[in-house]
Amino acid sequence: MTADRTVRVVVAKPGLDGHDRGAKIVARSLRDAGFEVIYTGLHQTPEQIVATAIQEDADAIGLSVLSGAHNYLFKRVLELLREKGAEDIVVFGGGIIPPEDIAALKTMGVREIFTPGASTQEIVRFVREHIRAAV
Amino acid sequence: MSERERWRRETYGPFTRGAPERPVRFESLSGLPVQPLYTPEDLRGWTYDEKLGYPGEYPFTRGVYPTMYRGRLWTMRMFAGFGRPEDTNARFKYLLAQGQTGLSTAFDMPALMGYDADHPRARGEVGREGVSISTLDDFERLFDGIPLGDVTTSMTINCTASIALAMYLAVAEKQGVAWSRVGGTMQNDMLKEFIAQKEWICPPAPAVRIVTDMIEFTSTHVPRFNPVSISGYHIREAGSTAVQELAFTLADGLAYVEAALARGLDIDSFAPRLSFFFDIHNDFFEEIAKLRAARRIWARFMKERYGAKKPESLRLRTHTQTAGVSATAQQPLNNVARVALQALAAVLGGAQSLHTNSYDETWALPTEEAVTVALRTQQILAEETGVALTIDPLGGSYFLETLTDAMEAAALEYIRTIDAMGGMIRAIDTGYPQKEIADAAYRYQLMDDRGEKVVVGVNRYVMAETRAIAYLKIDDAVELEQIERVRRFKASRDMAKVEKRLGQLADACREGRNVMPVLLEAVKDYASLGEISDVYRQVFGLYREPIIF
Repeated sequence: MTADRTVRVVVAKPGLDGHDRGAKIVARSLRDAGFEVIYTGLHQTPEQIVATAIQEDADAIGLSVLSGAHNYLFKRVLELLREKGAEDIVVFGGGIIPPEDIAALKTMGVREIFTPGASTQEIVRFVREHIRAAV
Repeated sequence: MSERERWRRETYGPFTRGAPERPVRFESLSGLPVQPLYTPEDLRGWTYDEKLGYPGEYPFTRGVYPTMYRGRLWTMRMFAGFGRPEDTNARFKYLLAQGQTGLSTAFDMPALMGYDADHPRARGEVGREGVSISTLDDFERLFDGIPLGDVTTSMTINCTASIALAMYLAVAEKQGVAWSRVGGTMQNDMLKEFIAQKEWICPPAPAVRIVTDMIEFTSTHVPRFNPVSISGYHIREAGSTAVQELAFTLADGLAYVEAALARGLDIDSFAPRLSFFFDIHNDFFEEIAKLRAARRIWARFMKERYGAKKPESLRLRTHTQTAGVSATAQQPLNNVARVALQALAAVLGGAQSLHTNSYDETWALPTEEAVTVALRTQQILAEETGVALTIDPLGGSYFLETLTDAMEAAALEYIRTIDAMGGMIRAIDTGYPQKEIADAAYRYQLMDDRGEKVVVGVNRYVMAETRAIAYLKIDDAVELEQIERVRRFKASRDMAKVEKRLGQLADACREGRNVMPVLLEAVKDYASLGEISDVYRQVFGLYREPIIF
């Protein structure tokens, strides 16, 4: 593995939520911006997502939740990453997430949360500036 | 040279040399070109009787009923559901007290995906974006004190709709209300789940078979009930254009008709109860044209392709909802204005029922205050503006009629493509509509990001946000309490009875018998939504989607 390998991002839909418009747009924008993207598809458990991220040697996980279950699902993904010693994988996300929950999620270790109205450029910029390929 | 050409050359052209057109794209949200002016020349060869006719008469372009809103206003139906059944029951009673005329139930994700509240996969999602339902005990509490013979209820539920219908009918029975008096709508449109909303259990063929069971069952036993609401809403929200929404929705409808005919049902025995559900987005005239074109296309298919005889079979009755995706998190009060204009388009388009979104829904489920403003918006339209006084007031507009024709033609083109693939189920297997929508969504996003499509408060007229809005919070304790109640309730059941019913259901599924009669007995013996869904999973297998992005 070399230091200049492409940043690899797992874009995931945790939980039972089927709203995948945003996740797919983010996956496609990151791919078009030159990142390596693995999109998990829908209805993934936190366990499945963390296993995919570790197996794919991902540098970041982008979680999309529009069902209101973000507090539980984001927390569970962070916990599992810690349990597996993979806390170097950056977690970010987006969805229908109220301001107070955003603050709490960030304190918990989620690097960034994007809400409706965020542009794909903002998200691409975030990945470019904050995520480094593991060496 | 036509008169319009003359006007363009002699008057418009010279004028624009001094004062040019604004540097924007003159096209609809779906990308249809929009001319500076429409005149009788656009309607050359167009005849009133063929294209429009009269309200309540073929081809129903001007409206499905003779009197439209002069007889009865549209049903004001606000979608509601959160927390425990008693939380949603209280919201229902509040909305009815505010003058709402029909109920509309939102279920939580576990109920929509076939898991009980106490299932590990339900954790974190119980009661979060809809009401939590596991057994008939929950349904009884949800509709406690609501007379099911008088109020119609719409339920947004799909792969588990058969279970919800059984529970609803069981509650009616307990209230002493005859099924012949029960009215309402199950969304139950599985095809659009595979295309857009993505809540499923089993693959398309068995899923459509259960939908057909419900169509067959209600046509004999619950004649006032709409067993399916063929939905464009989710297709549009997933990113389609208005034309794709129109085309895919009608193609889904044709697939259900084909399935019911293949079952041996007579077209006129079920077609009158097929209902529709469309999104109403920002492009005012395009949305009105979409509803008018939908009615005309559907009537023609029912009459010409399927030989329906009853006028009721030709009527495309539709619920509408303002576009959730058009709401912005920035400057949220602007959403009140968007919703009002979209609601106006729904009414001018001749909708039978309308849900207006609340301004705070990009943050969370709506507060009571926000829901009230959204409902009042409909009441202002109905009672203050005069738009409900005459039928199809924009009918005959050169622009609107041209646009209606253009949308009809573009939708028919898509429907021909899908027919050539062998129908919608085959098209879904190949990922065709899914890919079309993903591509349109991406194009739309790029236009948005580049500022080619103005979104007020987001990419134009941006302000620093100073004021936080109040939003609905759902306490974690609600989830834990509901899980505990469901656990206790399930432990109190006669499990021998439950097991027997689940076995009977599995047999009916395997032998191709209608599942509804045995489902009714199963829910009355308190078989749970999750247990029944497990039977579907075991017998029919799980659906795996093709990953397209």
